[in-house]
Amino acid sequence: MTSPVLRVSGLTKVFGAREREALRLAAEGLGRDEVYRRTQSTLAVHDVSFEVARGELFVVMGLSGSGKSTLVRLLNRLIEPSAGTVEVDGRDLRALDDAELRRVRNQKISMVFQHFALLPHRTVRENAGYALKVRGARVTEQRERADWALETVGLLDRADARPDELSGGMRQRVGLARALAADSEVLLMDEPFSALDPLIRRDMQDLLERLQSELSKTIVFITHDLNEAMRLGDRILMLKDGRTVQLGTGPEIIAAPADAYVADFTSDVDRTRVLTAGDLLREPRLTARLGDAPGDVLRALGAVEANGVYVLDDGRRIAGVARDHLLARAVQEGRAALGPQELVTDFATIAADRPVVEFVHLLGRHPVPLGVVDDDGRLLGVVPRAAVLDALSAVPVTGRRS
Amino acid sequence: MIPHVPLGQWVSDLIDWLLATVPWLFDGISSVMQVLVDGLTDALVSPPPVVWIVVATVLALLLRGPWLALYTLLAFLLVVSLELWVETMQTLALVLVAAVIAAAIGVPLGILAARHRAVSVAVRPVLDFMQTTPVFVYLAPAVFFFGVGVVPGVVATILFAIPPGVRLTELGIRQVDREVVEAAQAFGARPGQVLREVQLPLALPSIMAGVNQVIMLALSMVVTAGLLGAAGLGAVVVRAVTQLDVASGVEGGLAVVLLAIFLDRLTASFGHPTAVSRLLRARTRRAAAGAAGPVVPAPRSEAAAPAEAPASR
Repeated sequence: MTSPVLRVSGLTKVFGAREREALRLAAEGLGRDEVYRRTQSTLAVHDVSFEVARGELFVVMGLSGSGKSTLVRLLNRLIEPSAGTVEVDGRDLRALDDAELRRVRNQKISMVFQHFALLPHRTVRENAGYALKVRGARVTEQRERADWALETVGLLDRADARPDELSGGMRQRVGLARALAADSEVLLMDEPFSALDPLIRRDMQDLLERLQSELSKTIVFITHDLNEAMRLGDRILMLKDGRTVQLGTGPEIIAAPADAYVADFTSDVDRTRVLTAGDLLREPRLTARLGDAPGDVLRALGAVEANGVYVLDDGRRIAGVARDHLLARAVQEGRAALGPQELVTDFATIAADRPVVEFVHLLGRHPVPLGVVDDDGRLLGVVPRAAVLDALSAVPVTGRRS
Repeated sequence: MIPHVPLGQWVSDLIDWLLATVPWLFDGISSVMQVLVDGLTDALVSPPPVVWIVVATVLALLLRGPWLALYTLLAFLLVVSLELWVETMQTLALVLVAAVIAAAIGVPLGILAARHRAVSVAVRPVLDFMQTTPVFVYLAPAVFFFGVGVVPGVVATILFAIPPGVRLTELGIRQVDREVVEAAQAFGARPGQVLREVQLPLALPSIMAGVNQVIMLALSMVVTAGLLGAAGLGAVVVRAVTQLDVASGVEGGLAVVLLAIFLDRLTASFGHPTAVSRLLRARTRRAAAGAAGPVVPAPRSEAAAPAEAPASR
């Protein structure tokens, strides 16, 4: 990880007149409801801290009312923080005057909105080039950057249309293009795909993943959909009542939800898309090597109550699988060392980063568990079917929604 | 017993004091208005009626279409045949001057009220007062300040017509989608840019509805202005009433209605796409589509349906 582009610490926002008092009560650990009861002020976000590295896609996940929309607006000071700091490339945004802040917004941080927020009286191209217009760029440059951004999101052929002539998914492509054209380092995305149909949402997620692999922006992505969070996010911050509940990678959160609130979410997650072979692999209980004595291997098989074993070569690459009956014949025929004639290819392998959904059909069909291999074919571990079933069925029942 | 509060006396004293202190102000306003109304009246009356009838008909055709054009032609011909052309043009001049000034005051005030809550709170009761005070109450002070004739009529008309301009402008700006305003701010737009490029264009239909109301209210004031000695249809109606002349009263009233319908239908189109602008846009887009050459197929599913819709509609 490189140095963080975005560093947020102790970020807090109180809406209401009695801000000081609300801050004091919040610092004492009182919850949002209690703070409101005593001060009639709403504790929208309290003491949120995180860092986002260059090129990271950081997801903030929470239900409506969790403060996530407020949080993302604190990051570019569309809403003025009550306390805490927001640093972009080491500069504290709260120390900037209005003109400097506008420059940072124009050049360093771009935002994508839930309901697209396009200018209805401007063409798609003019919308895409808006940041450049604001910074006073030449018309040709505005057009160039806007067309590049529109081409990147696959919408250049609609550049002369007006937003109301486009479908929702296309409008959000324009919203994305507008952010890309600004060429800023940081992208704030406030539930950008929530207003779209599920199929279009998938398309847009694909598009974002593709863009991210090409452009490597530093993204803060807000969502209320944990499947979306798990799919897109490098790391996920779980927000509840304005406070951080958990911060970690998707599999970390699934594996160990911090509390009932998070567990509640994870119970709805499609784990087959989140958990990867790498998350589930374990040391094989037994492996054999080329040249081992068939009798020794057969005895070891008996000891672990298995009927097949991976045979590895000197580089830990899989040479094949040794079956018990073939080992027995080799012993009868007096062969001293395991060789190719004792091996079968009755096994399957998968790369460590593939999700369960891609290998679930391979499980349990072979005498040996699924092998997890690296790019060179070396065996990293195995995934027994029982381990997958165990992980998929492990729903923490601490706080299921009714 | 509750003592009598001499409220009316205070206002009357205030008016006396103003007249004694800044007479040049009222004289100035008075002569500017007089020049504006006289100039516009001359321009409307001096050419033969057919010139302005053709202009109005073409305007109606371009802004609204053939039906309003037909109406305009027939209505204005009827006015000519009633021998009320000059009076109608005098009234039109008065209405236009009053409406332009009322809009010039009301729209900026509405913008201010939308941007600053304090202005909004301060302005609201004043507007209530202006809208609900019986019109005749304006007349006496207007005569004191500006004498008799067309100017007090214009001033009373302006006062009466300002409130909808303010209210609908404020409402229109407040109703602009918050996220769109945020988007402009998020890309670093200055407050002035946000106002010019986002709030005003998006509030335009509402602002123009306000301007339409300003014009209609101004027109409804012309009879009252006639009482103060302003020439025009108001004078015709007032004379008819005082002489119990039903025939010319009906004719004068009808001319007011004909003018009102024309102005309302014409200005109701403000802020909405007109026949001309629709035509122009369809043409530029067809040209653009033709220049673009082979269209790259938009990727992914949702692009397909709307993208293949014809460019013009």
